Formats: sequence, C-alpha cells, structure tokens
Amino acid sequence: MNFDVVEKNIGLMLAGIIAVISLGGLAEIVPLFYQDAVVQPIPGLRPLTALELEGRDLYIREGCVGCHSQMIRPLRAETERYGHYSLAGESVWDHPFLFGSKRTGPDLARVGKRYSDEWHRAHLVDPRSVVPQSNMPGFPWLETSQLDGAQTAAKMRGLRTVGVPYTDEDIAGAQAAVAGQSEISALIAYLQQLGTHLRRDVP
Amino acid sequence: MSGGWSFYVIVLILANVVGCAWLLFANRSVQIDPQAKGQSTGHDFDGIEELNNPLPAWWTWLFIGTIAFSAGYLVLYPGFGSFEGVLGWSSAGQHEGEVAEARDRFGPLFERYAAVAIPELVREPQAVAMGSRIFANNCAACHGSDARGNRGYPDLTDEDWIHGGGPETVVQTITHGRNGVMPALAMVLGGEAGVEDVVQYTLSLSGRDHDAAAASRGAAQFAMICSACHQASGTGNTAIGAPNLTDDVWLHGGRPEDIRRALEMGLANQMPAHQAILTPEQIHLVATYVLSLSAQGEATGATETE
Repeated sequence: MNFDVVEKNIGLMLAGIIAVISLGGLAEIVPLFYQDAVVQPIPGLRPLTALELEGRDLYIREGCVGCHSQMIRPLRAETERYGHYSLAGESVWDHPFLFGSKRTGPDLARVGKRYSDEWHRAHLVDPRSVVPQSNMPGFPWLETSQLDGAQTAAKMRGLRTVGVPYTDEDIAGAQAAVAGQSEISALIAYLQQLGTHLRRDVP
Repeated sequence: MSGGWSFYVIVLILANVVGCAWLLFANRSVQIDPQAKGQSTGHDFDGIEELNNPLPAWWTWLFIGTIAFSAGYLVLYPGFGSFEGVLGWSSAGQHEGEVAEARDRFGPLFERYAAVAIPELVREPQAVAMGSRIFANNCAACHGSDARGNRGYPDLTDEDWIHGGGPETVVQTITHGRNGVMPALAMVLGGEAGVEDVVQYTLSLSGRDHDAAAASRGAAQFAMICSACHQASGTGNTAIGAPNLTDDVWLHGGRPEDIRRALEMGLANQMPAHQAILTPEQIHLVATYVLSLSAQGEATGATETE
C-alpha cells in the first residue's frame, strides 16, 4: 500500500482529517439535535428570571462548577441522596450547561428548596458557620457587592436568540428586577430553583 | 428519534462495521505478496526502518472477535437506530430495577417500623440507627451532625420545642416544613428607647443580667404587644411557633444586641418541607431518631446511638 500519497501531500491530509472529524460529528452529535428527549423542555420548565440569571452568571464567575456537578445519574445511590435523576429536558435552556464533572462538594442539580434562604446566606459567606466539616471556601464579597443589572437585558436577548423563550416584557423589566440586589441574593435565587421544576409541591 | 435519523444511524453503523471488516480483509496476512512482506514503507529514522508487515494473526482474530461482538451487542442492546434491542435495556429501566430491588429488600423493614408508634420505636436501636443515617444526609446541614443545632437552627437534643415535641408534631414539621416569622417591632415599640426597655425585660424573663428600671418599663410594652405571640408569661406558644423566652434557650442568640436586632429587624426562619424529598416511612424514622435524642426519648428508655 502506498502511504506517500497522503503523507506527502499536506492539502490532501488536511482534507482527509476534516472529512473524518466532520463524519464523526455528523454521526455522534447531529442526530441528538433531533431527539425529542434531548431538545424538548420538560413540562413545567420555565426560563430563569432576571435575578436567577444573574445568579447563574455568578455561579459561573465564582467557579462553583469546579467543585459541584449538576447531574444526578440514574443510579440508586445518587437518586436516594439527591432525588430524581437529571433529565435532559431540564437543561434545554442552560447555555452553557453546568453539568460539571467534579464532585468535591455535593451535586446541586436538586438543591433548590432543600435549605432555607438564610441557610444559603450563612453558608455562602462562611460555610463552616453551618457545616463545621465543610472545606468549601467562603464567598463573603457576594454579600457586599451589588448588581446594577446593566447587562441583564442584553444577556436575555442573547439567550433568546439561542432559543430561551424570554418575552419582551421579561427583557424590558430585567434591569429593574436586578438593580440594587446583592450578589448573594441573586445566587441564592438561582440555587433555590435548581431542579425544582419536577417537584409538584413547588410553585 | 424520527425514522429518517434512525435510518441515518443504521447506515452509519453498517458502514462502520463493513468498513472495519474491509480494512481487516485488505490487510490480511495471506493476500500480501510474499516478496512484499517485510518491505520498507520508506520511513527511515536514523537507520531504523518501518516495515510494511501484515497484521499478526492474534490481532486479526481479536479484530474479528470485536466485529462479532458488535453484531451481538446491536441485537441485544439499543444502538441500531431506534431499535431498542432484544433485552429492552435502558438506563432508566436499570435504575428502576435497582430501586425495586431495594424496595423489596428494605421495604418490609420500613413498613414494619412505620407500623410502630414513635414513642415505642425509640427503643429499637436499628430503627434509631436508620433514622440517624437519614438525618445525617438530609438534616445535618442545618441542625448539625450531632443535632445540637446552630444559631437559627434549633437544638433537637434538648426539651425545648418551638412547635411542640409530640411525635405527630415532629412528623408534621418534617413533612410540611415550618415558617417562623417575627415582625420588626421598632416602630411599634416607640423607637430605640422602647426597644431597649423590651430588651431588658426579655433578659429578665430568663434571669439574665438586666437593668431593672428599664425592664419594668418594658414589661408594659411586652404585655401589650409581645404577649400576643409569646404569651403574657413569656413562655411562648407552640401552636404558632413562638419560642419560650423564659428558659434561657436562645435560637437567635441571647445577648442584648441579639434581642435588639430581633426586635428591630424582625426574624424570618424557615424549615423546608421534606414531603417531596423523603417518604413517609423515612420521615417516621427521622422523627424517631430526633425524639430518641431528647429527654422525651430518654424517658421512654431509649439511649443515644451516636
């Protein structure tokens, strides 16, 4: 067999690599775009409110995803501890998704409404004030920093272009809903809705 | 998945399997010209040559094995387009199986304990131990792994109960949660001076150091306003979750500044509902564990397990 043809012709080599990678994507990724279980929101799912959306960005900014996953796998050991396993339809409006892969801390996919707002406040400022064994760092600046909401509407418009069903009213009221709120309130609002859309007892 | 995409996936899989088989066939040992065997590919690095040899036989057989395996796998398991496989396996189904197995194994135990009243069940070490595990996973984050609570989170090992410590009440608290609300009273009490008087009176209720003159002024305010919830005696009201102020047990701190803050800012305390998180049988066991810790548990002969 003569390998020289591709090995000594870099243009042909490039075309070959592109063809192979494209085929791989076409085979492994593209069919998922058309699978209902993956792209349809679950009944009861709602887009994040303006405050929750800012909280989500703080979750990203502070690197929470580095230690907390948001993905309960269909294993009894996990569903016993955290609740119903995560469904793809719960994450269809997550851009980017925050499934995570590191579990230094517990999974947060269904942390919403498990603890009170006050608990989260104390825990985020100084985790050891409520859980003495915790090795999570404190985030005290969240309490003193305030949001101005200048970017919130733009973020929502951006998300709308990728399919999150924000209405014009949502976007128009975004800044007013966020301005003046502390960062910790936004992050807690985000945490308190995580995974609650499957629960019947949470409005 | 729609029929079109299913077909697409099937074509891809067949193309892959056939492609692999072709690759194997094209490189098989017997076909190679004996003269070509051992020929250089032209790759030469410092005198070390890469030779164009056929695949070793063991490798070829392994490859044939993987192709046969893929055929068997695609028949048994999902993968071939929307064909679900002869076994009907799915990750959700496997999870249901695990859960059903656990239900068969542990269900009778939970049911047996669910049928026993909590005051009796606190004497059953295994039930208490099971409750303690559920407590550690669901309750310890707020109430502490020793259930001794924290500021804002009640100590569950003492005899002091905000909403009442009867078994039904504890089950009710766990199942439906509680909202503890104290309104901000600075305005009603007449500003800073009025608040200070009530602070001193509140301190006096549990025998803490206080200013007697201010306390006597505060007593009137207390009788008029605070007594609506905390009772005229200050002993509280479990029906609405108003804490007893006379027992020197302080949920939100017992220093003058803590009481002052509560009066000025009010308090909002929440215990989340657990009915969507725990089953009634699990709640029964957690309540058993909790009551085994307090004096009520000890009175019935239970001992602490941890």
